Amino acid sequence: MTTMTTDVAANRNKHILSEHGHSDSVSNAVYGFWIYIMSDCVLFACVFATFAVMSHNYAGGPTGKDLFDLPYVFGETMLLLCSSVTYGFSVLAMNANSRKMVLTWLAITFLLGLGFIIMEVNEFHHLILAGHGPDRSGFLSAFFTLVGTHGTHVSFGLIWMLVMMYQVARKGLSVPVRSRLIRLSMFWHFLDIVWIGVFTVVYLMGVM
Amino acid sequence: MFGKLTLSDIPYHVPIIMGAVGFTLLGALIVLGLITYYGKWTYLWKEWLTSVDHKKIGVMYIILALIMLLRGFSDAILMRSQQAVAFGSNHGFLPPEHYDQIFSAHGTIMVFFMAMPFLTGLMNVVVPLQIGARDVAFPFMNSVSLWLTIISAGLVMVSLGVGDFSRAGWTGYPPLSGLTYSPDSGVDYWIWSIQLSGIGTLMTGINFLVTILKMRAPGMSLMRMPVFTWATLCTNALMILAFPALTATLALLTLDRYLGTHFFTNGFGGNMMMYPNLFWIWGHPEVYILVLPAFGVFSEVVPTLCGKRLFGYTSMVWATLAITVLSFTVWLHHFFTMGASSDVNAFFGIATMIIAVPTGVKIFNWLFTMYRGRVRFDTPMLWTIGFIITFVIGGMSGVMLAIPGADYVLHNTEFLVAHFHNVLLPGALFGYFAGYSYWFPKAFGFPLNEKWGKRAFWFWFFGFYLAFIPLYVLGFLGMPRRLDYYTNPAWHPWLEIAAVGAAFVLFGIICQGIQLVVSIRDREKNRDLTGDYWSNGRTMEWSTSSPAPFYNFAQIPEVHERDSFDHMKEQGTAYQRPAHYQDIHMPKNTSAGFIIGMFAFIFGFAMIWHIWWMAAFGALGILVTLILRSANDHTDYYVQSEEVKHVESLRFEQLANSERSGSINASPDTVTPLSHQV
Repeated sequence: MTTMTTDVAANRNKHILSEHGHSDSVSNAVYGFWIYIMSDCVLFACVFATFAVMSHNYAGGPTGKDLFDLPYVFGETMLLLCSSVTYGFSVLAMNANSRKMVLTWLAITFLLGLGFIIMEVNEFHHLILAGHGPDRSGFLSAFFTLVGTHGTHVSFGLIWMLVMMYQVARKGLSVPVRSRLIRLSMFWHFLDIVWIGVFTVVYLMGVM
Repeated sequence: MFGKLTLSDIPYHVPIIMGAVGFTLLGALIVLGLITYYGKWTYLWKEWLTSVDHKKIGVMYIILALIMLLRGFSDAILMRSQQAVAFGSNHGFLPPEHYDQIFSAHGTIMVFFMAMPFLTGLMNVVVPLQIGARDVAFPFMNSVSLWLTIISAGLVMVSLGVGDFSRAGWTGYPPLSGLTYSPDSGVDYWIWSIQLSGIGTLMTGINFLVTILKMRAPGMSLMRMPVFTWATLCTNALMILAFPALTATLALLTLDRYLGTHFFTNGFGGNMMMYPNLFWIWGHPEVYILVLPAFGVFSEVVPTLCGKRLFGYTSMVWATLAITVLSFTVWLHHFFTMGASSDVNAFFGIATMIIAVPTGVKIFNWLFTMYRGRVRFDTPMLWTIGFIITFVIGGMSGVMLAIPGADYVLHNTEFLVAHFHNVLLPGALFGYFAGYSYWFPKAFGFPLNEKWGKRAFWFWFFGFYLAFIPLYVLGFLGMPRRLDYYTNPAWHPWLEIAAVGAAFVLFGIICQGIQLVVSIRDREKNRDLTGDYWSNGRTMEWSTSSPAPFYNFAQIPEVHERDSFDHMKEQGTAYQRPAHYQDIHMPKNTSAGFIIGMFAFIFGFAMIWHIWWMAAFGALGILVTLILRSANDHTDYYVQSEEVKHVESLRFEQLANSERSGSINASPDTVTPLSHQV
């Protein structure tokens, strides 16, 4: 309720400040993206719930204990967590108006994210080769889907990041570019948080 | 090369299907021919297909809804006539596999491609005008949403002529919708059409939520918003929170069908009951996504056509919010027979009954608004009264079904079919029709013909009772739903009555067709010059001209009261000409939404038929279009104040003319003294 009231107040002020509503578009976009992330939360919640229901439906196949290599996944996790930190640096660089540093930190973030995806694909590849693919059991279906949904999100984040690096290089830190960088930042940190859930629920609880 | 698609997938040997295909193609050819004949392609492309104007997008949504209503109704009348004859020695004219596709298509079309576009269209046309905004928050995304919806409806239509549609019902329960029992592409048509349109709906939800929360005119606090805007806001919240669940559910079913996973299969650790649980976590809020906007429409129609302020605005708002929240707590009542413990069933049963309370609050609010008001029986009001009477019956049968014990008896019978039609026809469709006739003059500048509108209403109203009350009886007689053939003679007469009801509805639809033609023919005679067609419009959409200029408001209005336009008229500040005009910032039209829609169509079709290269092409097309679009920073422009001045001068000339001819009705004699008692 308080957020609603402040919204109204902010709304009123903004209209007075900008009759044409030009600067509104950035804040609307960021706000809209927040809402999108909330809806994405629901999507993940459904997949998490499905995993929870199916997490013991091994159908005579391997269990999490048999399959998961915790140190490997921990390494993966570290890559993604670090990439969140480096993205944070690139936002700081953006606030300092340093195009070069934004690009540098974005590139580092991209590499870390790419490393995460490569490790994940490698894990999937090994599992499938060993006959533990998503069609083996309900548990593995849910495992591949949950981890894969997150991985797909990260991959889209990477594509987006490439586009943003191009736009920062081409257009500089213009208002729309900044707005997109902020939204990508929200997306990237969100995926980090989701991954912490995945790591806990799927891997840690699966091995324990 | 073409995946599973072969020439034998075109059912050229089935006369009924080919007839339907021929009819559809003929209709399309006539429309395309007319456009070519009148040389309107450029106009259509520039002014409509690439438009990001919310009013035009809204109109296109409603056109889609009306077309799909015809398709969905054709399915309905086929089912009704089949059940009226397929008894004893007569097996009717529809073989089971065709009949199953018809009821699946009917439900899918009516929910996703009739009701959803209709309500989305209404909120597109109305909400920005009601809140004093010039457009929605994300006009381009609005266009993408529209095109995703259109192409998804297109996919369903294509399934008529290429391959089959799903036979698994509109809910697509596994294992029937799984690969084992539905190996053909029918379920895939169902999956991809809903999946793609669902993404469009999610974007609509985000778009309008941001629009309503961030773009209201100064002074319009939340509790000063028109109730239709409130209803839309709650619907949007539901879209945002519920549709991802549908996306996830369909994705899991897709994986089962495409990659051989075991979410909803019988063996290998699959869990079939996960599906109904996930599906109805979306599905029950979806009911309120459909119903709340209609409630919003009634809350606009009743005060305007009774010349009275809405009774109990605050309770109306809180009832809407309560329904929004409660809608997430009742999903299990769709499958009490799953076998959950009695405690669980009792919880969901009671939660379901509790929803009747805020809904009852609304009913009484509308009734008390009418009480001692001057009720004008124009078409929107008829739909509203028809709704109140009919919906109460449907609501009560819903409370009956909410009793788990009763549900065990009535589950999957015609009683259920009767119940949900009894709530969704009045609770959604009648509301959309009320909104359609109520805001039509606002959207086009001329009204719909009253005479034919009333005829349509009476046919629909009695048609509804004849078609669905017998189904309650049939439910008690133990008739299961979705039967293409039966032997029980006790059912036969009731099904014949129901068929007569469907024929009544057919006449209702014909009347609506005639109404549209007659109204367009007589448009010059009936022009709405004031913009306030019902002459005591209370909310801001009535303060602009009809149709509203593309920028909606030359000057963003200041809001001081709840029914802001009514207040302005009272204060004498309505229709005031500003001292000077300013440049107006507006979005430019773009073809990107249309292009993304076309690629999505290619992608969807390719996925249905396992044509992987084509699917990759479609997906890549969407991605590249999006990236190119994001590279374009010149997506908006300024309308020069001179142009605004010119448009507004015409408007004020029109107003002056109407005043001279005495058709302006802002004068106090139409506003009864009673209107301010409550």
